[in-house]
Amino acid sequence: MADPLLEVCDLRVRFRSRGSVVHAVQGIDFSVEPGQTLAIIGESGSGKTVSAYAVMGLLPPTAQVSGSIRFKGVEVVGLGEKALQDHRGRNAAMVFQNPERSLNPTMKVGAQITEAVRRHLPLSRPQAHERAVELLRMVRIPAPQRRFHEYPHQLSGGMRQRVIIAIALACEPALLIADEATTALDVTTQAQIMNLLLDLQQELGTALLMISHDLALAASYAEEVMVMYAGRIVERARAADLFGNVRMPYTRALLDAIPRTDLEPHVLLPVIGGRPPDLSAVMPGCAFAPRCPDVRQDCREVVPPLERHEMDHWWACWHPCAKEAAS
Amino acid sequence: MTGHAGGTATAGQGSLLEVRHLVQEFVLRDYGGAKGGVLQAVADVSFDLRTGETLGIVGETGSGKSTLARSVIQAPPPKHGAVIFQGTDLVGLSHRAMKPVRRDLQMVFQDPFTSLDPRWTVSRIVAEPLAAYAIGSRANRRERVNSLLDLVGLDPATYGSRRPRELSGGQAQRVAIARALVLEPKLILCDEPVSSLDVLVQAQVLNLFEKLRSELSLSYLFIAHDLAMVRQVSDRVAVMYLGRLCEIGPVRDIYRRPLHPYTLALLDSIPNPDPAVARREADHVISGELPSPLDPPSGCRFRTRCPRAQELCATQTPEMRPLGADGHLVACHFPLSGAAPAPAPAGAQADAEPAAVKR
Repeated sequence: MADPLLEVCDLRVRFRSRGSVVHAVQGIDFSVEPGQTLAIIGESGSGKTVSAYAVMGLLPPTAQVSGSIRFKGVEVVGLGEKALQDHRGRNAAMVFQNPERSLNPTMKVGAQITEAVRRHLPLSRPQAHERAVELLRMVRIPAPQRRFHEYPHQLSGGMRQRVIIAIALACEPALLIADEATTALDVTTQAQIMNLLLDLQQELGTALLMISHDLALAASYAEEVMVMYAGRIVERARAADLFGNVRMPYTRALLDAIPRTDLEPHVLLPVIGGRPPDLSAVMPGCAFAPRCPDVRQDCREVVPPLERHEMDHWWACWHPCAKEAAS
Repeated sequence: MTGHAGGTATAGQGSLLEVRHLVQEFVLRDYGGAKGGVLQAVADVSFDLRTGETLGIVGETGSGKSTLARSVIQAPPPKHGAVIFQGTDLVGLSHRAMKPVRRDLQMVFQDPFTSLDPRWTVSRIVAEPLAAYAIGSRANRRERVNSLLDLVGLDPATYGSRRPRELSGGQAQRVAIARALVLEPKLILCDEPVSSLDVLVQAQVLNLFEKLRSELSLSYLFIAHDLAMVRQVSDRVAVMYLGRLCEIGPVRDIYRRPLHPYTLALLDSIPNPDPAVARREADHVISGELPSPLDPPSGCRFRTRCPRAQELCATQTPEMRPLGADGHLVACHFPLSGAAPAPAPAGAQADAEPAAVKR
């Protein structure tokens, strides 16, 4: 395999707030190969978005970041704002959840794309204009010449998200991070946007890091899935392997909680009680232990490390679920 | 009693709610108040909801599903049509006459935080409907509130004195459900009640809805954009597109043998966690955008995005008609029949279904 594009080692992010310290990310390691599609899934507060922001260098100054994030061998943690601005756009670009909030409502769509293009590429105005129209065409916006001169409010949610993707891809970044990029969209639009992202990824060879709360979505589109809980990665596997062979009880619980079309009506979903732990109080042992159906004494004492137990399958659990019979 | 002739044939005896030819329109205003156009948000929708039944209503943004629910509770009343609840047509009732009806007809909204008063305690929020209807003494009310909080899985001693901002999303939604239940309604309209919740909490709240349904023999009108979730809770499902009903029928038939091309497209867009079923081919994904509701397409409103559309679809609006299994209605000139090679989950069930029993 080629050298990894992105290497994250022992990343920790802490926030100070009102006297307490919130440990949002508690030591995660992962790498992304060029052209790979990796999904990070987890609930609100699991640290998935904070991790993505750390990779982009977008965390606020109040965040204390430690560990290492190497992009093409270059360390990102500790870079100055100017160097980070070059890092964003050229190396990595991000698509956010809410297209309404990511676009400037007072600027025409075309101007917002050319702004990104001219910030990073040495192009003249007419050349940048041409490139912007080309980008609009690339994200399959009909009549790109006309849309260039329209304002965000004249576009539908799906179209706006396409514009955001066009801006993100303006400088052909090596890594595209999609943070809940389709969560605010309808299912049919979601399918359109996901297919677009995968097509573009194939065309341009961009690596895609999907951040989502939706396990089903991640499984349908990503090659590899990482599950985060309380600031740690608890399971990582190829999407195709993970779903037949879940080992971490938390992933099992997530999977079981998804309503599925092949279940009969009025069947109760198997659910676990409780809530994710408070990240300002660090407790010993596995963070999932208080909610885990298979919890034993050692789970409450020592944090299980994320280890590779099978080919391409990592999990962090002392007492993993039994291997399921192939169905 | 109602003065309205039912219209459709399926007006059952045990109907709790009958909606007949409901139309809801909004007049858009340009600058200076000039009439800017009429937006028909719900166009000629009819359905029944039987006692003890859950009817799921599925549609995307702009399909009119929320407007439909609001029209049912008369907020605001629809422009045309009838909403017959327990034998009384609610359309045109005075505010005073509506009040006793609202006891039996409650609503749970999508965002619990915007539907709960941030300055009130949980106990006061849940007790408010009792106070509004002057039911019971203060002590009685407190008792009732506590038992309801218990029922929805919140310890009254811990949560009763909290305010909404001290609750998580799931807990706040439980409070909203308790408030809806406190008057012992017959029907609860749920508008995307779990969409803003994390998947594990969502499952907890869905299970709560199920538990309450069986314990209190409630009926639900359950609105959601998520077909998989609707399947979990519903007996029957109605699919809406751009203000019109496309298809309505028993859950099993809708999901195994969808008749309307739009329903199939929606089903095909659901991501599935099982990689064996995952990754739909791109060509099953519906293309294009929702047309403007101000200027909906002539004839069938889905025709501009429909792979099966023909000339007839542009000239003639398809009427709801029974097709296939019992109680399965579809508004399509060229429905997908059971014998068609339906892709994916329907699989290879080539039941010899006669093409169409028209009318």
